[in-house]
Amino acid sequence: MSQEKRKIIPKKHPMPHQEAKVRSTNFEEVALGYSEETAILEANRCIQCKNTPCIDGCPVGIDIPAFIKMIAEKDFTGAIGKIKEKNNLPAICGRVCPQENQCEKLCTLGKKNEPVAIGRLERYVADWELAKGTESVKIPETNGKKVAIVGSGPSGLTAAANLAGLGYKVSVLEALHVAGGVLVYGIPEFRLPKAIVQKEIDNIAALGVEIKTNYVVGKLSSVDELMQEGYDAVYIGTGAGLPSFMNIPGENLNGVYSANEFLTRNNLMKAYRFPEYQTPIRVGKRVAVIGGGNVAMDAARTALRLGAESYIIYRRSFEEMPARLEEMEHAKEEGVNFELLTSPIEIKGNEEGRVVSIVCQRYELGEPDESGRRRPVPIKGSEYEIPIDTVVMSIGQGPNPLVQQTTPDLETNKWGNIVADECGRTSKPGVFAGGDIVTGAATVILAMGAGKKAAEAIHEYLQG
Amino acid sequence: MFKIVLKEELAPKIKLFKVLAPEIARKARPGQFIILRIDEEGERIPLTIANFDADAGTITIIFQEVGKTTDLLGLMEQGDFLLDFVGPLGMESEIENYGTVVCIGGGVGVAPVFPIARALKEAGNTVISIIGARNSEMLIWKQEMSGISSKLHVTTDDGSAGEKGFVSDVLAEILSQTSVDRIIAIGPVPMMEAVCRVAPKNITTMVSLNTIMVDGTGMCGACRVEVNSETKFACVDGPEFDGHQVNWEIVKMRANMFINEEKIALSHKCGEGECQCHRKNEK
Ligand SMILES: Cc1cc2nc3c(=O)[nH]c(=O)nc-3n(C[C@H](O)[C@H](O)[C@H](O)COP(=O)(O)OP(=O)(O)OC[C@H]3O[C@@H](n4cnc5c(N)ncnc54)[C@H](O)[C@@H]3O)c2cc1C
Ligand SMILES: Cc1cc2nc3c(=O)[nH]c(=O)nc-3n(C[C@H](O)[C@H](O)[C@H](O)COP(=O)(O)OP(=O)(O)OC[C@H]3O[C@@H](n4cnc5c(N)ncnc54)[C@H](O)[C@@H]3O)c2cc1C
Ligand code: SF4
Ligand code: SF4
Ligand code: FES
Repeated sequence: MSQEKRKIIPKKHPMPHQEAKVRSTNFEEVALGYSEETAILEANRCIQCKNTPCIDGCPVGIDIPAFIKMIAEKDFTGAIGKIKEKNNLPAICGRVCPQENQCEKLCTLGKKNEPVAIGRLERYVADWELAKGTESVKIPETNGKKVAIVGSGPSGLTAAANLAGLGYKVSVLEALHVAGGVLVYGIPEFRLPKAIVQKEIDNIAALGVEIKTNYVVGKLSSVDELMQEGYDAVYIGTGAGLPSFMNIPGENLNGVYSANEFLTRNNLMKAYRFPEYQTPIRVGKRVAVIGGGNVAMDAARTALRLGAESYIIYRRSFEEMPARLEEMEHAKEEGVNFELLTSPIEIKGNEEGRVVSIVCQRYELGEPDESGRRRPVPIKGSEYEIPIDTVVMSIGQGPNPLVQQTTPDLETNKWGNIVADECGRTSKPGVFAGGDIVTGAATVILAMGAGKKAAEAIHEYLQG
Repeated sequence: MFKIVLKEELAPKIKLFKVLAPEIARKARPGQFIILRIDEEGERIPLTIANFDADAGTITIIFQEVGKTTDLLGLMEQGDFLLDFVGPLGMESEIENYGTVVCIGGGVGVAPVFPIARALKEAGNTVISIIGARNSEMLIWKQEMSGISSKLHVTTDDGSAGEKGFVSDVLAEILSQTSVDRIIAIGPVPMMEAVCRVAPKNITTMVSLNTIMVDGTGMCGACRVEVNSETKFACVDGPEFDGHQVNWEIVKMRANMFINEEKIALSHKCGEGECQCHRKNEK
């Protein structure tokens, strides 16, 4: 079909989904993925722009028109190869990237119509490859140098894969009993199946990367000790895992969880299959999730699936919510209630110390603040009480502190994030850092981008 | 996988394991703990490091069977493997030459007190120890404790060994006769609370808080406690705190968070009654 004759299809091909009523009662994946036929039709919507604006929107610079063209030509092997030149975790990014703010935001088609569904196409070929099984990869010849990666989130995994590709002997040291970071303990199964994450990790291990779980750096070995033990460089990708609380009365009552605890019990420990899996979770009848990001959406939708009524309490309006658009829409469809322009001021409990209600205050939007978003201001006398059994605090996470505490000469900022330049170099020679531990809670693809840049910088440092 | 190289029954429902974990054994310090998971379906549970041997590469843990996971643990045998074993977690005990220190262990709490008392003795302190249990059968590690104490007091609730009464009674007596510079108390929460009531506010009285935990690395906040009116995470800021500053009401309340679920876990037998596990697996 030539460019001229092609009829413009204004909308993305819709993603097949589990129906909202059904999916809100199970933990299986919500979005089912394109069929081959739909993928090819969607790929044909791309007009192969010469100036490739979409690539500028992708933090790792995937050659988007090239891989889409290959899909259109049914060359899936070529397409996945093209993506993997830049991105080691495509099945994950295709699912969780906030595409509407990245690649798809800049797509030419998006000016008048809907952009090309770049993320869905990326997911399609990545899943195609995972289903088929990758051919055994050639382990690159080693150059004799060793690098330790602290933390196995997307940032650490990407740095590991890139360094292994350059011939380094890489060990990934992870505190938890499985690798993957937020991808396994935070993001729920219904959005990112753990089997997919595991396959991507297996692919990285197949490059010769050693993954050591149950290894807490700062406790088992400090960064200095790792260097003494023979690692030539260290990359720190320990993420933003320290939960924040609001410091309102009642926060230590039984039934108040941090989002991390709530999600970790479910995702990492599989509490939704209690008592077959032995880690418990208690939700009761009504759950209030405080916050408006991806984390809050995940917690609210998890609460629904555990059988509770679910409320999102957020102090700004829908427009300001930082969550991915798709997740907010899914949450609405599934029946999550949104209490907007509202913030809790107190949690009340009974004589046993269990949560019974939450007292909230209404807000209105005032002048824009530094972030450009309109600042919410409390309305006097607007307090009201909602009966509730469980509260999930999802108002953000700070940097994991264990490495910084035990590495005194590593420069940190006032929030405790490690200070690193755009290539991941820290104040300590041979020590690099990136991902959420440097930027604060951000996105999977930015964490990966940082891991990749740091791998190049480590290579330069060790060969220079 | 982590091999259980020794199993001993110390008292009814109290068992000791030596677990092969050379990397942890090399780094362990008194006051720290490990988290273990028996198998894929298992819960992560914290247990104090009761002893460590860097040369043999072993960590000693002592546990009391109080629920699902510790019961299952008790069924494991020498030669079996634990799926996960992570540590050393938490802050190490503060060890200095304080002068005279009273070390108190109640029930299974004698185990974690032992390495601390030993380190305090090695640092030059006069160590007076008090160990207590419900009855003589439940008393553990008397010999170990006597070896490192200048004086060892024993109490049992029923008087079947040592003095009849509580460890806090003996503490009150000691305090009335001797000048004490520091107190360490580890055991059931009511015991630690009683010790803090008896101990004067000007004597630092360290207790080890056994809160509910998940990750043990500061990531989830399940272990939060209130110390000096501030929220702290027991797994990374503790587990030891000055008991005079601990809000015991919150400690007691939060221990009951999953009380109903613990009962369900205990009574759950796969394939019986309402159990859906295997049907789910078939799907
Ligand atoms: C619930 C939730 C939903 C999200 N949804 C999205 C989404 O839809 N799209 C998106 O782009 N982003 C999303 N994010 C954000 C994204 O997941 C993170 O930005 C990203 O995972 C950061 O990667 P990282 O590698 O820097 O750190 P992490 O993924 O946090 O991994 C850090 C790892 O380091 C380990 N670690 C920490 N300290 C130590 C230590 N001392 N020793 C050894 N290991 C250590 C941790 O256990 C962890 O495994 C979400 C985050 C959460 C919590
Ligand atoms: C830092 C730390 C060190 C510990 N050291 C030891 C030790 O050396 N030896 C030992 O026997 N136990 C120790 N514990 C307690 C041990 O972790 C619990 O006994 C265990 O988690 C109970 O699990 P379960 O599934 O068998 O019982 P569950 O079914 O979970 O609980 C049964 C009963 O135990 C209580 N309980 C539950 N969790 C805990 C807990 N974390 N602490 C205390 N009581 C609890 C419940 O309220 C309930 O009454 C320690 C706990 C912490 C936090
Ligand atoms: S990695 Fe993310 S931003 Fe880049 S093309 Fe894929 S979906 Fe878009
Ligand atoms: S901007 Fe859109 S249409 Fe143009 S090449 Fe990129 S994906 Fe295709
Ligand atoms: S156990 Fe999770 S923060 Fe302490």
